Amino acid sequence: MGTVILLALTGLGLAALYFLVASGLSLVFGLADVLNFAHGLFLGVGAYGTWWAAGNLPGAGPDGFGFVLAVAFGVAAGTLVAILVELVLIRPLYSRTIEQVLVTVGLSLAGVALLQATWGADARPFPRPDWTRQVTGILGAQVPNGGLLLIIAAVLVLGAILAFLRWTRYGLVIRAGVENREMVTALGIDVRKAFTLVFAIGGAAAALAGALGGVYFGTVSPGQGGSLLIFAFIVVVIGGMGSVVGSAYAAVVVGLVQQFVNYYGTSGLGDICVVGLLAVVLLLRPQGIAGKVATA
Amino acid sequence: MTLLNVTPAPAPTASKPGRLHRVRPFLPLVALVVLAILPYSTITLPGIFEGPVNSPGTLQLLAICLIFGGLAAGYDLLFGRTGMLSFGHALYFAAGVYGTDVLVTRAGLPLWQAALLTVTGGTILAALLGAVALRTVGIAFAMVTLAFAQVGAILVARDFGGLTGGEEGLPLDVSGLPAGLVGVTNTVNLYWLALAYLTLVVFVVHRVSGSPTGRVLAGLRDDERRIGVLGLDPYRYKLVAFTLAGGLASAGGVVYVLIVGGASPHITSSELTLSLLVMVVLGGPGTRWGPVLGGVLYMYLDHRLTAFGTSDAVDNLPAVLSRPLSQPLFVLGTVFILAVYFFPGGLASLSSRLTPLARSLRPRPPH
Repeated sequence: MGTVILLALTGLGLAALYFLVASGLSLVFGLADVLNFAHGLFLGVGAYGTWWAAGNLPGAGPDGFGFVLAVAFGVAAGTLVAILVELVLIRPLYSRTIEQVLVTVGLSLAGVALLQATWGADARPFPRPDWTRQVTGILGAQVPNGGLLLIIAAVLVLGAILAFLRWTRYGLVIRAGVENREMVTALGIDVRKAFTLVFAIGGAAAALAGALGGVYFGTVSPGQGGSLLIFAFIVVVIGGMGSVVGSAYAAVVVGLVQQFVNYYGTSGLGDICVVGLLAVVLLLRPQGIAGKVATA
Repeated sequence: MTLLNVTPAPAPTASKPGRLHRVRPFLPLVALVVLAILPYSTITLPGIFEGPVNSPGTLQLLAICLIFGGLAAGYDLLFGRTGMLSFGHALYFAAGVYGTDVLVTRAGLPLWQAALLTVTGGTILAALLGAVALRTVGIAFAMVTLAFAQVGAILVARDFGGLTGGEEGLPLDVSGLPAGLVGVTNTVNLYWLALAYLTLVVFVVHRVSGSPTGRVLAGLRDDERRIGVLGLDPYRYKLVAFTLAGGLASAGGVVYVLIVGGASPHITSSELTLSLLVMVVLGGPGTRWGPVLGGVLYMYLDHRLTAFGTSDAVDNLPAVLSRPLSQPLFVLGTVFILAVYFFPGGLASLSSRLTPLARSLRPRPPH
């Protein structure tokens, strides 16, 4: 029993990480039709921003309030990079989707290389509060606190995004834009502002995933974003592009399947099962669990 | 689907009637002959290659460049000519590399049998996976192919059944290979093999794109719905292109494993597909020579920029500049982004873009 609960909770921790990356990807894709390969870069910026701030920023540190400050710095850095990318690189190519994808591909190559050039290719130990290294006993299972932190953060982010989409004017614009962008433009609303906003939200969520992922794994390396990104893509497709709730469901399914099959089957089999799941979903329900609707 | 409407490169402007015009159709043949006799020259090109042109190191680099020129030309059959954005092309190349390596090293088959089995297997794999992936279109297709390629990467890295050697790769067992393909002194034969592969791919792609099937593929790129309205089945034609490109890529893998002398897991990564995409876009999608040029140039720069990054000229720069410049991917990624913005047609469109410029700069004759 203890093993099952442990696996379920660590699987949910993984799911939380996927959700944080996938929610932004899904919104960006739903609204702007941009498959954002540079999303892994935002994650890397968040992780390295936190790592740098913990060591160098006055007041920030690996523990207590200092750690909160460091994470805030990392998230701010990721958000800033996301906004800059949207304004400088994506916006001039408005409605030319294939070029936008190509630019994000180039950006992911160059950005990761830049991180590697600045801080080296090797993984660096991540500064983390002592309590995240310990475990909590839940129903007889010893669950690492880092994973629990991820789950809590993901639930908070999910709630915040849903509340934003539901109760604010820009949330309304984004929801409408995902369903029918031309109509929103025809009503005289500048959708491009919503694009920037969605990029900022996605960048912030991805940067948070980078920072908390660093806590969870204990290290930070330039390539971390890339490997997570592929599973985040799978989550986005299974969940249905443009749907935050769909991404959440899909992230939970993918995280749990991966964790359980990797434990009870051979290591690596879980990853393959996830891809099999993707193929099945695409063949039976090509629009994903929730389809192209931003539900709130 | 407007998503995959790759703008075809502008048709080359009609060149001036004259001698060049008459020679033009034979230029590829001349280039082939020059490349074929290149190993006989002992010229040193300082700064471009280390050592003379016919030294084994240079020939190996050239052979790898030629292979990737061929791979990029094959990938262009999907991306530039049919408008399919596949992110999993590395899988079929890796199937060629690992298939040959495993069959020769682990099963002890003679090379020709291993090569035949691998190319057949790679083509069947492409047909099967393509049949599933092509149920989707556009970005979903890109993601599905990416996911399939990821399975390949996992299978290789986790080393199921102890076949692939996992993270360390699998060196090719050369004892059973023909003597002419083994050893440093025989690098020249591998070079010719790579040249033959490139020629084959260019020939096949040229013939296919000139055939009625090729015209349907171009139609799919420009307006898929219209092809459907004309009564043709887009799915079948796309599957043909996907299978053919997969088969060509696995054949490239067979030659590549001979040149490099083993397989390493990085060739299964999605980065390889991304770099194929970069090659095609840099060279010029949908053109005959663009992707080849792009592939050759990309691989050359990827190898040489590493040397350039550690050279004194870069080391003496301040750290802010020298560190990014020592990363080939940073330079190539930046060049790629700039190319998307400023040279959408790639290298192949340079002449048609520069000709009007040169003409306007030429002083006009006084009246």
